[in-house]
Amino acid sequence: MIAEAGHYALVLAFGLALIQSVVPIVGARRGDIALMEMARSTALAQLLFVGASFCLLTALHVTSDFSVVNVFENSHSAKPLLYKITGVWGNHEGSMLLWVSILALFGAMVAAFGTNLPVSLRANVLAVQAWVAGAFYLFILLTSNPFARIAQPPIEGRDLNPILQDIGLAVHPPMLYLGYVGFSISFSFAVAALLEGRIDAAWARWVRPWTLVAWVFLTLGIAMGSYWAYYELGWGGWWFWDPVENASLMPWLAGTALLHSALVMEKRNALKVWTILLSILTFSLSLLGTFLVRSGVLTSVHAFATDPARGVFILLILCIFIGGSLALYALRAPSLKQGGLFAPISREGALVLNNLFLTTACATVFVGTLYPLGLEVLTSEKISVGAPFFNLTFGPLFVPLLIAVPFGPLLPWKRGDLLAASQRLTAAGIAALVAIALLFAWQRGGPMLAPLAIGLAVWVIAGVLSDIAERTGLFRIPFSVSLRRARGLPRSAWGTAFAHAGLGVALIGVVCETTWNSEYIATMKPDQVARVAGYELKLEGLTQRQGPNYRETLAQFAVSLDGKSLPVMTPSKRSFTTRGMSTTEAALLTRGASQLYVSLGDASADGGIAVRIYHKPLVLLIWWGPVLMAFGGVLSLSDRRLRVGAPKPARAARALQAAE
Amino acid sequence: MKRWSIILALAATVAIGSLAHAVQPDEIMEDPVKESRARELSKELRCMVCQNQSIDDSDAPLARDLRLLVRERIAAGDSDSQVIEFLVARYGEFVLLKPRFNPHTMLLWLLPPLALMGGGIALWVYSDRRRRAVVSERESLMKLSPDEEARLEKLLGAEPVPQPEEPHP
Repeated sequence: MIAEAGHYALVLAFGLALIQSVVPIVGARRGDIALMEMARSTALAQLLFVGASFCLLTALHVTSDFSVVNVFENSHSAKPLLYKITGVWGNHEGSMLLWVSILALFGAMVAAFGTNLPVSLRANVLAVQAWVAGAFYLFILLTSNPFARIAQPPIEGRDLNPILQDIGLAVHPPMLYLGYVGFSISFSFAVAALLEGRIDAAWARWVRPWTLVAWVFLTLGIAMGSYWAYYELGWGGWWFWDPVENASLMPWLAGTALLHSALVMEKRNALKVWTILLSILTFSLSLLGTFLVRSGVLTSVHAFATDPARGVFILLILCIFIGGSLALYALRAPSLKQGGLFAPISREGALVLNNLFLTTACATVFVGTLYPLGLEVLTSEKISVGAPFFNLTFGPLFVPLLIAVPFGPLLPWKRGDLLAASQRLTAAGIAALVAIALLFAWQRGGPMLAPLAIGLAVWVIAGVLSDIAERTGLFRIPFSVSLRRARGLPRSAWGTAFAHAGLGVALIGVVCETTWNSEYIATMKPDQVARVAGYELKLEGLTQRQGPNYRETLAQFAVSLDGKSLPVMTPSKRSFTTRGMSTTEAALLTRGASQLYVSLGDASADGGIAVRIYHKPLVLLIWWGPVLMAFGGVLSLSDRRLRVGAPKPARAARALQAAE
Repeated sequence: MKRWSIILALAATVAIGSLAHAVQPDEIMEDPVKESRARELSKELRCMVCQNQSIDDSDAPLARDLRLLVRERIAAGDSDSQVIEFLVARYGEFVLLKPRFNPHTMLLWLLPPLALMGGGIALWVYSDRRRRAVVSERESLMKLSPDEEARLEKLLGAEPVPQPEEPHP
């Protein structure tokens, strides 16, 4: 019964989406308020039904109802409760259901909080949301039904892939989807604006917070996924330029560009047409990511061809939405009125430069990810495009971007003075040069690029600090006055500062980890001592333990630094009987931002065990950076001028803008 | 393969073998210089049965075979490029994670710089055109239309419009 109810709720949601995709648009054409307002009720009802469907699938997983295929294939009665719940989206069908649930959530949020939107705009936005939702409900119902039953239910399930039995699965996919799907709002707003043929600063005022919400989640989702891979996979890698990662990086790059161009549009009423295009592209890239991951096309072009139902369906969705929205764009964009002028050296100019580099970086990832697929389809020649390609092409694009970052916030709108901005960044420049010189002196004859890259990171961070110091008059006026000014700065200014500083922090982490990482790989026997980067690790012994649905081998390492003993590290290797697979659980010892990383390999016949020990200097900065960025995003979101649904405080906003 | 499934929690049914580590202790060469060369080369080579993983990262048996092969060639005195040549001759271009520049990969390599330059030029041309359009619009607003001039003349009582005086030298 539960499964059937869940299935039926999904069918009802699809029906509601169909109504919502037509009626409000008709209402907007005819100026019929009642028809337009219907979108709000259907959007809220959709959330209710999809939410119910999702909860029912969760109930099936929690109660281990193996008469449902999805539960049988991905669950086990002995699995801990947390993984029974997270296992709901640890598979294709369930993750698609999570996808549409989040879509319904965003739609309902527009319906609930969009009370001060023009009625026709809200109606059109919700209709476009319903198109997307309807397509994906149909996809689930036709090709990926999570509620399908088995005629003769088995007694035990096949268990969830052990690698996914981790807290990471509880956080990473929902975060990532909140980001991916969140961009659907900016897409719907863009398409609605094109349908109405009207776009103004109020539109940007609305789109920016939604984009920011999606961006914050996507940033955290990607960072979380990277940290998960780092600790779970046992060799300490954190970014692999894998097509699946690229699929999430592309919307992030486009979304970051969108965030910046929407700023120009809101403040200066310029770059309208471009902002609309970026909104469409960002969500298109989210859809592309969904296609790449869900269709199986990445595993092999041939796997895609042999079982094409799902792949072809998503490809169809992709073509209709991307093609349709771009066609609408081509038709309507020329009629949108262009905004104000600005000189190349200005805040707007800096933001355009940002967009140029971010979109080029996005295009680079795009071509690198899809080129091998395209080439194989066209010429059946197989090539690989991996990390070395991306490091060589993507990396250099970020150098000019990072050099430009501190200038942006220092330049005034409309017309700026590069010389004046440079003078204010003198201290930052000196800090960067000092950092470079010190690093060269310290490492003597090491890699050339690392000190320069760290210098660049210091430049970005010091630039942010100079900007804040400039705004608060630090060192020029009494400290207490500066403090009061700092409190008075708009939150969005602090948001910018944190997000930009996060960029520099992450860069320091990346450079330190890749350049000064030390590693020790050997077969160790009990009582042997390994020495890595000044740390001494003594293997005390190996023990066996029985977990809920696995057996594990634990190794105890006594760790000491300069004779001072540190906490014991116990990496383990788990073997899961149901699937006959094993996972490594690395042990991590955090010292400041650096980590000692120990993971186990195979045991040898003579009682030894393969061990890999890494010392990763400042590695945590790689993830602190994105966390800072996301925090900046949240700060900016809490700025009253931007708060989701906040009424437009015309006079106050103007006064604050002038203060900026 | 493992990393794949973890990253987006997708192919939960992907078969995953025993989870050994990438480089095994018994593979490491005695000469640290040669070993580090082997490691650097391994990062550029693809484990052909994996999803975009280098043989340095992968735990597949094939990756181990390739790592041993790379070390064998280095031990035999091959240079880095000779090792790469040897592997490409055996396994084709597919083994390279950084494809070589040839007619088939030209677009791949040239697109990023072209996109940047194209974008830059497009921006420049566009903003230049916009500025001119706005300036000419302003000028046309400042100038009087023939109708307006006729009215002005009438208002001024059909007197010829006085020419601005020549500035005295």
